Amino acid sequence: MTRTTGLLGLGLLVAIGASLAFGARSVDPATVLDAVFAPDADSADHVVIRELRWPRTLLGILAGAALAVAGAVTQAITRNPLGDPGVLGINAGAALAVVSAIAVFDLEVIGDMVWFGFGGAALATVAVYVLGASALGPVSVVRLTLAGAALSALLVSLTGAVALLDNAALDRFRFWVVGSLADRGTAVVPQIVVPIVLGLVAAWLLARPLDGMALGEDVAVTLGIRPAGIRLAALAIVATLAGAAVAAVGPIAFVGLVAPHAMRSVVGTDHRRLLPASALVGAQLLIACDVAARLVLRPAELRVGIVTAAIGGPVFVLVARRSQALSAA
Amino acid sequence: MTAVGVTALRAGPVSLRIDRRALATALILVSLIATLALWSISVGEFPVPLADVISHLRGDPSPDSEYIIGRLRLPRVLTGVLVGASFGLSGAVVQSLTRNPLGSPDVLGLDAGAAVGAVFVIVFLNGSGAAVAGGAVVGGMATAVLIYLAGGRGRVAATRLVLVGIGVGAVARAGVELMLTRAASFEIQRAMVWLTGSLNGRSWVHVRSVALAMIVLVPLIMLGQRRLATLEFGDDVAAGLGVPLGRTRSSLLLAAVALTAVAVAAAGPIGFVALIAPPIARRLVRGATVALATSALVGALLVVAADLAARRAFAPTELPVGLMTAAIGAPYLLWLIQRRLGGRP
Repeated sequence: MTRTTGLLGLGLLVAIGASLAFGARSVDPATVLDAVFAPDADSADHVVIRELRWPRTLLGILAGAALAVAGAVTQAITRNPLGDPGVLGINAGAALAVVSAIAVFDLEVIGDMVWFGFGGAALATVAVYVLGASALGPVSVVRLTLAGAALSALLVSLTGAVALLDNAALDRFRFWVVGSLADRGTAVVPQIVVPIVLGLVAAWLLARPLDGMALGEDVAVTLGIRPAGIRLAALAIVATLAGAAVAAVGPIAFVGLVAPHAMRSVVGTDHRRLLPASALVGAQLLIACDVAARLVLRPAELRVGIVTAAIGGPVFVLVARRSQALSAA
Repeated sequence: MTAVGVTALRAGPVSLRIDRRALATALILVSLIATLALWSISVGEFPVPLADVISHLRGDPSPDSEYIIGRLRLPRVLTGVLVGASFGLSGAVVQSLTRNPLGSPDVLGLDAGAAVGAVFVIVFLNGSGAAVAGGAVVGGMATAVLIYLAGGRGRVAATRLVLVGIGVGAVARAGVELMLTRAASFEIQRAMVWLTGSLNGRSWVHVRSVALAMIVLVPLIMLGQRRLATLEFGDDVAAGLGVPLGRTRSSLLLAAVALTAVAVAAAGPIGFVALIAPPIARRLVRGATVALATSALVGALLVVAADLAARRAFAPTELPVGLMTAAIGAPYLLWLIQRRLGGRP
């Protein structure tokens, strides 16, 4: 365990270093260290690192950790190995709320959009759960995944309609929807840091009951866990984490799917280890994808959501193939 | 012996089985499509009186109608009819082959795969027309093979196929977007509209390409209707009745995928038509088995109606038709999930 923690921490440091050093203007490691520990306001490199890349990296850490833990919690309470905020339509809910708010309230600053994204994500979380859950028993994998896909399609089409009907909204909305960490760190980090930290802590406190829930509701009850209460708390956590992350960085899918799966094979299924490990790996993954997105088309940038989808899609297919639970549907 | 509601026409060795209910349904659907098509041609920013529309169609164009009808609205409506019929038909074939109402080309990600092929040809090979359609067919076929290989066989295959399709579709859409960012010339907003599925600015080129593909593929698929119906009884029964399983399945699937791909190349991935047309058709003809021709007609009607609504609902702004079909189709999918997969863990 300690070795794993050390490796994960080291990996995160490397990812942070790469994120500070690489980009349209690459900076050598010594200068990066200087910029961090002995900043010089006159050096252009230092300014780029401190004013642009550091907020961007911080945003990546927060959003990546939040998405990964949201995915792990979803996978635990729905016993659905394919649980991910993007797959389940939560991203689409946030997008619809943001574009509607831009059209109705004429928002211009991305910081104001965050709150609406947050609300939309929360509503979509509840909606997909109600639509995908059966009244009688635990949630079916296929049903929940398909409900997410259908809800996404519906919300995306509504979003498209609003965006196309209001040209001003389309322009500002496009900035949010590209799913990017660039140029927004300073504006949104102060807003999302509190909900994300609270959500992460709450998820960790819920680790024990989540272990029980992952064994099935019957087992959970015999362990003295009340499934309904835990599920409600878990949904609130997912909505908070996914909502804050998506609201800040735009729709980014598959981080919540990949990180917990990668970690389950390393640290096992105990949520007291799985959740922190997923958070660390999620942060690394999103930052690494962001660095890749900066380098592929240099000096232009790719949106980071494309990179996560390109990596996460195949993982989704692999998990879907292996999944035992599918035979039930 | 004649089954109830079926008339048999016999001329020597040739006999044709006609389901009277299906025939009546088809006639009603065709007249509905014609009515909506005429209406769609006549309304718009520059309304053309219905009388002028009809005289134009009878080969007596006026200078106004020459451009507005001949160049703009007629090809648009015809593309809509053909594309809708293609989606409806291929949806019926694929749903029947996978024995799953969820197994339609759009849910399985075949549309997205075709879009990858089409966009690749547009962006990297500077192609147009037939080349784009060809790219779409290659993309759709490759996706179908991929999903088939990854989905595996066995009892759970149909369900797993759907999940694998969702994953493959996500990767394909990311691929499309990646290629679009590399293309400076391809305007992003136009690309976004195309990706939702749009009939805006369709010309006779699109009508011709879809029509050509249909002339080749539709007879192929219709000839397979009998075998498809037999396959629905299960592999063992079908094999016992002398249906060559592998060949029937692969040829029908390839034809359906090709048809979808050509339609996607012409109008973009108009979602949910392939999903909802076949069950509506089944209900209309009250058949126990797959209703190919009726599905095609329902698909055409859906697209023409959705396009008319998308053009007129927020006039003068025209929405892409794909938004409309998604707004109808996604709730249906949700309802289907509630009903089909309800109560079971």
